[in-house]
Amino acid sequence: MAALSEPLLIEPAHESPSARAWRRLVKRKSAVLGLVIIVLFVLVAVFAPLIAHYDPAQQSWTSIRKPPSLRHWFGTDESGRDVFSRVVFGARASLLAGGVSVSIALALGVPIGLLAGYGGRWTDAVIGRITDAMLACPFLILAIALAAFLGPSLQNAMIAIGLTTTPVFVRLTRGQVLAVKVEDYVEAARAVGNPPIRIAVKHILPNILPALIVQATISIATAIIAEASLSFLGLGQQPPAPSWGSMLNTAQRFLTNAVWMALWPGLAIFLAVLSFNLVGDGLRDALDPRER
Amino acid sequence: MSAPLLALENVSKHFVVRRSLLGTPTAVVRAVDGVSFTVDTGETLALVGESGCGKSTTGRLALRLIEPTSGTVRFDGRDLAALSALQLRRSRAGAQLIFQDPYSSLNPRMTVGEMLAEPLLLHTDLSLASRRERVAELLGVVGLRREHADRYPHEFSGGQRQRLAIARALTVDPKLIVCDEPVSALDVSIRSQILNLLKDLQQRLGLAYLFISHDLAVVKHIATHVAVMYLGRIVEMATRDRLFSAPRHPYTQALLSAVPIPSTGERSQRRVLAGDPPSPLDPPRGCHLNPRCVHAQEICKRTRPELVADDAHPVACHLWHDIVSSSPPTPAVGPEYSESLQRLFRAFDARGQD
Repeated sequence: MAALSEPLLIEPAHESPSARAWRRLVKRKSAVLGLVIIVLFVLVAVFAPLIAHYDPAQQSWTSIRKPPSLRHWFGTDESGRDVFSRVVFGARASLLAGGVSVSIALALGVPIGLLAGYGGRWTDAVIGRITDAMLACPFLILAIALAAFLGPSLQNAMIAIGLTTTPVFVRLTRGQVLAVKVEDYVEAARAVGNPPIRIAVKHILPNILPALIVQATISIATAIIAEASLSFLGLGQQPPAPSWGSMLNTAQRFLTNAVWMALWPGLAIFLAVLSFNLVGDGLRDALDPRER
Repeated sequence: MSAPLLALENVSKHFVVRRSLLGTPTAVVRAVDGVSFTVDTGETLALVGESGCGKSTTGRLALRLIEPTSGTVRFDGRDLAALSALQLRRSRAGAQLIFQDPYSSLNPRMTVGEMLAEPLLLHTDLSLASRRERVAELLGVVGLRREHADRYPHEFSGGQRQRLAIARALTVDPKLIVCDEPVSALDVSIRSQILNLLKDLQQRLGLAYLFISHDLAVVKHIATHVAVMYLGRIVEMATRDRLFSAPRHPYTQALLSAVPIPSTGERSQRRVLAGDPPSPLDPPRGCHLNPRCVHAQEICKRTRPELVADDAHPVACHLWHDIVSSSPPTPAVGPEYSESLQRLFRAFDARGQD
């Protein structure tokens, strides 16, 4: 009997899973809005020297705590620095902190989670206890403790936030692996003779990626707040370099007579966090396999 | 006859479902209990039985995808338990698996081409170009086109997906394929296509199948030998014709009589089994079938019958001699396809395609 030569049934449209997810993401207005704001922030951070017309650390004793004007769009702070320029340069610290700390958390959390979920019972038990212990501490307290231990700097703040976020990814990855590893295609991969590492990386990881991407997006928002909090407490970005959190710190003493000092960095944090959350929510829906 | 391709000897798999505080097992399910059979090249042994009787577990034990509690599995003359993890992975090329549900058996994030080329990557040192060529060839063998290699599984229908699963199993020229209910999840019309494809491949490539199914109509179409399982044990084993024409075990007889006979008007008396299958956690003493068997007597409640082979038709029943001689053999309760399905088969066969 010859092999079939005719095409079978209806030809389906050709589309890769990522193309499909993208198509579904851009159909959501709030996600697109969030994406646009994030892109704007990234552009601002990258081209900060071109956008800001003052040096963010440049002090001027002749213009202290001036309200917003044509010269100083967002006003000036207590040592006469241009708030607009500081907000623009502050985007670097915030976005960097968000991106780097979540990358650290992903780089550590995902392999450990894969090991816990796909490895043996003992590795799972040990890793599980450690993540439980870390998650038992409130997120910010742990980050503050780590940052204080490492010493105050933006770099150490990012490491502290990254390490504190890691158990979230360990647990998420492990849970996802447990759900996926009982799928027939994982058994098929074993039956074909794949070594365990290849199964974990080629067959399990791509299928749990959607959940990880969603969590990473939302974790960036949390990390931006954490960086602002650490900088607010003096454990993050060190003066005179600008950061939204440290700007809020100095602004709180002048809230009654120079509200613009707190308003603009606060608004920036709000917008950045909101957009990452909007994109995260949109991704969650777009990557949901149950929806067409 | 030389050594059989696949031989299971007294293989058991017990799952611990509950442990005491100290970790000693307190409840064990004997999913597979002392199963022995052989499959030869070119043969199809069908494992039939109700759901939960251990068919699928047996199939996975045959591939050492799960470790047996006891017993030996020999494939191609080698004891699988003696292989190291690496040797086992290498030997996986020889025996493959096809799943029931083609929607969960294909990795949704891999293109068809990647999926089919993977076994080649693992087991051969073919170049990228020759891997592509082989993938295209395989797609042709199972009736798909070479362009399909760039697509993802969600772009295919159920029947096409099962073809892809078959193609994956064929990639590295296996000698044995364990088919775990390969057509149960498919539409009836697609089912016959896939069955005919499997049969055709067997003839062309000399494959052996361990065909797990609960559907006797399908079994009759494809099997050369049949083993009937009940609660983890084989209760009867024979060639297909013999089993279908002269079943010995009351359980087999009940299974056969439950197959609907279409269109003939005559109605054989159904030998319905009373009740549900007992809990595998706590199987009845003696013959596992005794609470449901109309023939059960004292001995059935006391002693478990062994699978006795006085000829090529072993059966695990104390009373089968009496049962067979007292009641006329179930009058040719051959499970047949419905007329429409038979027409379909004829149509496919006539076209020389599946």
